[in-house]
Amino acid sequence: MSRRRILITGTRKGIGAYLARYYVSKGHRVYGCSRQDTEFHAENYRHFCLDVSDEGRAVQMFRTILQEEGGLDILINNAGVASMNHVLLTPCRSVRKIVDTNIIGTFIFCREAAKLMQKGRFGRIINFATVATPLKLEGEAVYAASKAAVVSLTEILARELAPFGITVNAVGPTPVKTDLIRSVPKEKIEALLARQAIGRFGKMEDISNVIDFFIKPESDFITGQVLYLGGV
Amino acid sequence: MVASPLEYFSLFFNMTAKNKIIHALFAAIDELNEIRPSDQALEKSSETVLFGAGGQLDSIGLVTFLVSAERNIAEMVGHPVTIADERAMSQRNSPFRTIDSLAEYIVSLLAEETR
Repeated sequence: MSRRRILITGTRKGIGAYLARYYVSKGHRVYGCSRQDTEFHAENYRHFCLDVSDEGRAVQMFRTILQEEGGLDILINNAGVASMNHVLLTPCRSVRKIVDTNIIGTFIFCREAAKLMQKGRFGRIINFATVATPLKLEGEAVYAASKAAVVSLTEILARELAPFGITVNAVGPTPVKTDLIRSVPKEKIEALLARQAIGRFGKMEDISNVIDFFIKPESDFITGQVLYLGGV
Repeated sequence: MVASPLEYFSLFFNMTAKNKIIHALFAAIDELNEIRPSDQALEKSSETVLFGAGGQLDSIGLVTFLVSAERNIAEMVGHPVTIADERAMSQRNSPFRTIDSLAEYIVSLLAEETR
C-alpha cells in the first residue's frame, strides 16, 4: 500500500502506542494524540496533546493536518476509557468521563476526519468496539453501553459517508494486556476468556491485522461492519 | 426616514461582510466544481440556486459544499463556524436556497456572535 496519512487517537500507551509505531514502520505519515505527551519520536510521527472530547482543540489539530498534508486517508479511533464497577456503585462523573471520551470523542474525530477525507473521495475510519458489548459483561455496563453507541455510530456513519468514498468499520478486541484491564480481577478476565471461541488474550498483532484488512484499497466494498476477535 | 450614522455604519459593515462571505462561498463552489462533471459546474453568482426547487445540488452535493463553506468562513473569521445547525434547518425560508440567501444567513450568524 502506498504512503497514507493516518491519524490514531490515544497513542501514548497500549494499543494506540503499538499502532503508531507499527504504521510509522510501514512508511506512513502518522499523527497521534493523547492527553499527555508521548515518549515516541519519529520523523514520520507528530503528536498532539489533547483530550479527544475537546472539540476546539480537536478541530485545531485537524486544521493543522489539512495545512501540512492537504487531507487525511485513515482515522483509527483508538482512544477509550473504561471503568469497571457495579451499577449501584457507579458515580455519574465516571459515566460522563466514559461518554465524553468513548462517544463524543469518537464522534468529533469521525466528523472532522470525514471533512478532510471527503475532498479526496477516499477515506477509512476504524472505530473501536469491545467484546464487552455482545458478551454483556457484568460490571462493564457503562463501558459496554458507550461502545454499543460506537457500534451504532459506525453502522450509520458508514451509510452517510459512503457517497464520499469513505468506509467506516470497527474492530472489537478481546482483552489485551494493557492498562485498560489492569483493574479487572483475574478471575473475571479468565471467565471472559472462557466465553471466547478461542480462549486467549488478544495480541496487538491481532488488532493491526484487522485494521490492515479494513484499510487496504481492496476493502472499499466493506463498510458498517464490526469485527469481533476471538470468535465472540 | 433618515438613517442615523450608526445605522449607515451597520449597513456598510453588513454589506462588506456579505461580500467577503460571498467570496468564501464562491471558493467553495470552485472546490465543488473540481469534483463535479464539467457540464454540472455551478455558476459563481449570488443568484445561483443551490438546493430545493430548481436547485443544482442533491443532498450530498449540499453537504460537500457546506463543509467547504464552513472551512473557508472559519479561516476568514479565525474560529470555527457552524452553518447547518438546527436553526438553519428549521427556518421557514431555507437559507440554503441560493448563494445570496446563504450569505445573508451567515452574516446574521456572525453578527449574533459579536453581540
